Amino acid sequence: MLIVIDYNVGNVKSVCNAFRHIGCDAELSRDHKKIEAASALVLPGVAAFGFAVNALGDLGSFIKDLALAGKPLLGICVGYQMLFDTSCEFGSYKGLGLVSGNVVDIPPGRVVPHMGWNKVTLPKDMALFEGIEAQKHFYFAHSFYADVTDTAAKIAYTDYGFKLPASIQKGNIYGTQFHPEKSSNQGLQVLRNFAQIAGERSA
Amino acid sequence: MLARRIIPCLDVKDGRVVKGIHFQNLRDAGDPVELGARYSDDGADELVFLDITATLRRRKTIVELVRKVAENVFIPFTVGGGITSVEQMDELLRCGAEKCSVNTAAVQNPDILTKAAQRFGNQCVVLAIDARRSKTKADHWQVTVKAGTEATDIDAVEWAAEGAKSGAGEILLTSMDADGTQQGYDIELTRAVADAVTIPVIASGGAGTLEHLYDAIVKGRAEAVLMASITHFENYTINQMKQYLRDRGIAVNL
Repeated sequence: MLIVIDYNVGNVKSVCNAFRHIGCDAELSRDHKKIEAASALVLPGVAAFGFAVNALGDLGSFIKDLALAGKPLLGICVGYQMLFDTSCEFGSYKGLGLVSGNVVDIPPGRVVPHMGWNKVTLPKDMALFEGIEAQKHFYFAHSFYADVTDTAAKIAYTDYGFKLPASIQKGNIYGTQFHPEKSSNQGLQVLRNFAQIAGERSA
Repeated sequence: MLARRIIPCLDVKDGRVVKGIHFQNLRDAGDPVELGARYSDDGADELVFLDITATLRRRKTIVELVRKVAENVFIPFTVGGGITSVEQMDELLRCGAEKCSVNTAAVQNPDILTKAAQRFGNQCVVLAIDARRSKTKADHWQVTVKAGTEATDIDAVEWAAEGAKSGAGEILLTSMDADGTQQGYDIELTRAVADAVTIPVIASGGAGTLEHLYDAIVKGRAEAVLMASITHFENYTINQMKQYLRDRGIAVNL
């Protein structure tokens, strides 16, 4: 069973709907036992970083320990940003620190939020992108981005006037700045791939 | 580079999609969930659902609608119509909407934009502006509220800039003069607002031909184009729109 972490932020439901649509067993929960027993965890999030970190509360360190012990974890959007060390959105906040890097402002000179469909160049060695063409559009909606400094992380980029990290993979830790649950068929394929990584069935 | 977005708009009244001219003489255009799923399959980049039901039941119907749409549509969608509080927005986002649009409530109390941005991030907060050309001042537009029924003295361009500062992440800009006419977007309005803000502007009202879409993007500097009549009544498919724009050198998600 995949567990989608329920922590009182917007849009967790969409992620569950998308997994359900591809025939994958996913449940929304914040129950420690269920989270511990899960085949993999999804940390979604539509929220400002500070709100999300506060809403996650103690669950943060619990999830971090499970991820460090090898449980596959997929962070999406703010859930992805929380994988990093810090964020400067509306203040200064600490993330989970699973991947080295900081969440910072998108450089000036372009429209912010970075919102809409942008083309992502998909490296062949990133498991989330199995079976997807080398370049595909995905849906983004964010005003801050993760400046990834972790040399152990594989990174897929999109071009927004600079190389903006769109997705990372570091061992069993995965993340997408874009929203796979809102990225049409190619997004659903990313979720299928994560279900496969977790050993779950999907249609 | 970000693709320019093609956004069908579904005005929903009493559970059905409707489309009028200048916000009146509504025609039935189908079931919102079915139509939404069809546009999603057809390659729409995003959907906007505006509940224009003018009764107290609206609040409940809008939540049910969002829930059903979210189970069937895997592209982003915005929901609006009568939203008056951050709590309502929270409920709609939790049900699966990507963004919420506010219009009248923001005019009455701009603080809702700030509160929503701090809670959800400004990418969730759409400021909808219904603008009407001023009869007394050339190249000025007045903000109207309550589904276009009530004019204000507020200048639409200034309001857009203020809304962006307050926390809006996007402006959904509808020309009431052009709405439903299929005679083209109000390019001057779109351009004036796009030049006044750094957040994306969605041009709305008046799409009738493929060239209108091109003009809104190139001349109006819109990041996205919204349409209803030309797609509900099947003048053009989403795919035709995208191919046309791509052939004219515009980045689209195709």
